Formats: sequence, structure tokens, C-alpha cells
Amino acid sequence: MVGEANLKRTPLYGTHVGLGGRMVPFGGWEMPVQYTSILDEARAVRMKAGLFDVSHMGRVTIEGAGAATLLSRVFSSSPTAVKVGRGRYGVICTPEGGILDDCILYRRAEQRFLLVPNASNADPVVEWLRRWGSGVSDARIAVITPSLAMVALQGPVAASMLQGLTSADLSTLRTFSFVEEKDKGADSIVARTGYTGEDGFELMVPSGNVAGVWKVLMERGATPCGLGARDVLRLEAGLPLHGNDIGLTTNPYEAGLERFVDPDREGYVAGTGLRQIRDTGPSRKLVGFKLLGRSGITRHGYPIMDGSKPIGEVTSGGYSPTLDMNIGMGYVPKSYAAPGTRFAVDVRGRLAEAEVAPLPFYHRRRDP
Amino acid sequence: MNPPDLRYSKEHEWVRLASDGTVLIGITRFAAESLGDVVFIDIPEAGRQLDQFKKLGEIESVKAVSDLFSPVSGQVVERNQAALDNPQLVNDSPYDKGWLLKASLRNQAELDTLMTAQQYEQYLSSEGSH
Repeated sequence: MVGEANLKRTPLYGTHVGLGGRMVPFGGWEMPVQYTSILDEARAVRMKAGLFDVSHMGRVTIEGAGAATLLSRVFSSSPTAVKVGRGRYGVICTPEGGILDDCILYRRAEQRFLLVPNASNADPVVEWLRRWGSGVSDARIAVITPSLAMVALQGPVAASMLQGLTSADLSTLRTFSFVEEKDKGADSIVARTGYTGEDGFELMVPSGNVAGVWKVLMERGATPCGLGARDVLRLEAGLPLHGNDIGLTTNPYEAGLERFVDPDREGYVAGTGLRQIRDTGPSRKLVGFKLLGRSGITRHGYPIMDGSKPIGEVTSGGYSPTLDMNIGMGYVPKSYAAPGTRFAVDVRGRLAEAEVAPLPFYHRRRDP
Repeated sequence: MNPPDLRYSKEHEWVRLASDGTVLIGITRFAAESLGDVVFIDIPEAGRQLDQFKKLGEIESVKAVSDLFSPVSGQVVERNQAALDNPQLVNDSPYDKGWLLKASLRNQAELDTLMTAQQYEQYLSSEGSH
């Protein structure tokens, strides 16, 4: 994969290569898919703590007196409802209700927001912001991805592992809250967010410092984890992956993301389209399913069948090391969406029996 | 690293001849490492016929599905149930606990069409250089 044209590298590229990471192209970046074993890395996150380079995701600052106005036009819920020091998950929809991206919006100050889109969607999202922001006065958009690196520390011991490296009291930092601090004089962010279904943090630190942060967290026992483990973990947690489970041809109501959408806002560019979908109700739903027995591994694009009739399509699938079963997600007509409903998946010509399961597949144990 | 008493195919399967004339078939460490974590194995049941170099079944890792090819002709005697139940055995122990099939041979001379360990290692280094 080395030498593939125009692939970007994160500030941790040398670290990954030094650790024996298997580098693959992903969303325009050269990223580690695994260091040792995808399943062992995923298990480390569930048992202890894993460390991910997520610097390939976008970091986009929107600031100024018009920042909230611009974001209210494009983000799926009201940015002014997000308190300073909090983040909120949401989607960016087209006027028809298709999903351009899903992202987290962090509010750093009254008039300063940080949007974190997916790697391959960062450019389209920035273009989208510029397009809908053209008539908004004083909403400045700045891509800070190259200067601010990002790593995720995820797992049941993430908080104790990180405590002491930050001046923040992590025991009082709630999920989707964040603190800002100076790291060697530069701004850093410690956010209690992630994409694994586990407790954990996403750390945004100046690019020049990130290799040091990575090293210290490894010394404290965090297992380096690649994109393969990230995909396994997010599927277990029932979290959609843009490009697989959601995209321009899907809408947030059928994808089960309606709780992140408030279409009744003045000036929201997707309002009309989303209200229409909400009011008629989606005709299909994104569901989770378990394969009965070990009847097969389902993958993106495989047809979902009722007998010989195709009724839908798998969007994600694989083996769950935590549950020791084969799981997947896909779109089916609403009448097939209730947990317990059975259908089959066409696995390259062979029918594998499956049953709808409630999402998420995996719930982390919470502190008593 | 590749046991000297086995024979190897270009498709990265190995064959071990037992004293009773049956063979064990598996995939090489190189194949297991290239695939990554094996999560599903789809291979024929006892009694099914195998034809040399024809598709035998499928092996799936977390990231991808690959075809398996039979290194010899014969008949399936037994499948390795432990590996079917715990496919990661193929990664952990590709030449031992992670074997896939036991088969009877139709033509023992076919073994001579396969590579020795030394030839296989040369094959790997020539394959890796292009």
C-alpha cells in the first residue's frame, strides 16, 4: 500500500510503522488496520483500554457571532442547545433528508464550535458549511485537522489510566462533556466521547505533542488498536458507520437516528425534507440481527431474504468477539423490524438464518 | 518456520501424510497471517470428494473472504470441529491444532506435484518480490 497516490499521513504515521501496524488506505489516509490481531485488540478495549489514532477525522472550527446561525442551518439539532463544554452527536442532511455525514459538534465558547466529521467526508462537509454559510455574517470556518491531532483512549480503565496526565478531574467529567487545557502552552481537549460502546476519551492535542501522549498511554498499559478493531467494536455497540450503514441514500428516521434530529427549526436546510419523512414515517428500518448458530458471516451489500424474495440489504456484518456470535445490521421493511423476526441473508448463494436483535448488541457494564 | 515434513501448494495450503495413508490439510502460517483473524470456515463434510487444485471451500477473516483450494484429490474423512468452533486456532496454530480437514488420498503421487518446505519458502520470497 506504500506509495499509493495522494494518501495523507497522520502525525503518528511513524509510530504506527514502528509498532508493526499494517497500513491500509482509508478515507484518503494511510492508517493502521491492525498491529497484532483485530480480535485481540478489540478484546483489549472491552477488558482494559485501547488506544486509537483518529487523527484522520476532520477538525473544523466555526466561530464568530454568526457561528450558531450557520450551524443551525446544517446541523440536525440546535447548536444553541449545546452548552459550552459539551458535545453533541448529530447528522448533516441534504434538503432531501439524505445523510451527508454524521459528526460530533463541540461547543468551546459562546461563539466558537468544533465540528468533527468523518475522514472521507471532511472536505464535503467544509464545502457544505461554506455553501450554506455564504449569506451568514461573521461565521468563520477554519480546518484545523493538520495542527490538532486526535487519539481515542477507550476501555473500562481508560479514566484511571488517563487521570494524572490531565489536570481535569475525570471522575466528574460526564459522557459527551469535555475540558480544555494547555498542553505545553497549546490548547488541548479531553472529551468523554468515543466510538466503541465503552467508556473512554477522545484527546485532541497539538500534532507535535501527540507521539509523546501516545507513548505515555502505551507505557500505562493501553493496547494500540487499528481500524479493524474500531469497526468490530462500533458494530457491537450498534453505532452506524457512514458509507456503510448511513449515507446520502438513507435518512436519519430509517437509520434509527431520529432522537438526534430536530427538523422544526427556522432556517434548517433539511427541515422540509425531514419533516416529510417524519410525518409519513420511514418505509424501512435499520435493524441489528444475529446469525443463528455459526451459519455465516454477513457483509455489506449481501441481500436479506424472506424465502426467495429479497427484502433488504446488509450494511455491516462480522464476528463479535465479545458476544462470540456473528452479527450484522441492515435495512428491512418496517414489518420485519421487530426483535425476534426471522429472515435469511444470502451469503454468496447460501442462505444463512438470522434473527432481529435489539441494538446495541453490546451494553457496557456501568459502575454501581 | 514451515515444517519440513509437509508438502505445500501455491495457494498456501499444506498437506501432512500420516502413516495410515490419510492426510491432514491446513493453511500455512503465511496464509493465516495474510488473512488476519479467521472467524469462519466453510469446508465440506465427511464423504465429499476433493479434486486437486479445485475449490475446496471458503475461509473468512474479519476483513475478507478467501477461497480454499484442495492441494490433493481424495475424500473428506473428518473436519476439524475444534477449528470450526474456534476459527482463531488457524491463526494460533496453523500447522497443528488449526488443521482443517482429514482426507483419504485418491492418488498419492499428487503429493510429488506439491512443494517441499524449502521450495515453498523460495516461492514465498519470489512472490513477495514482485
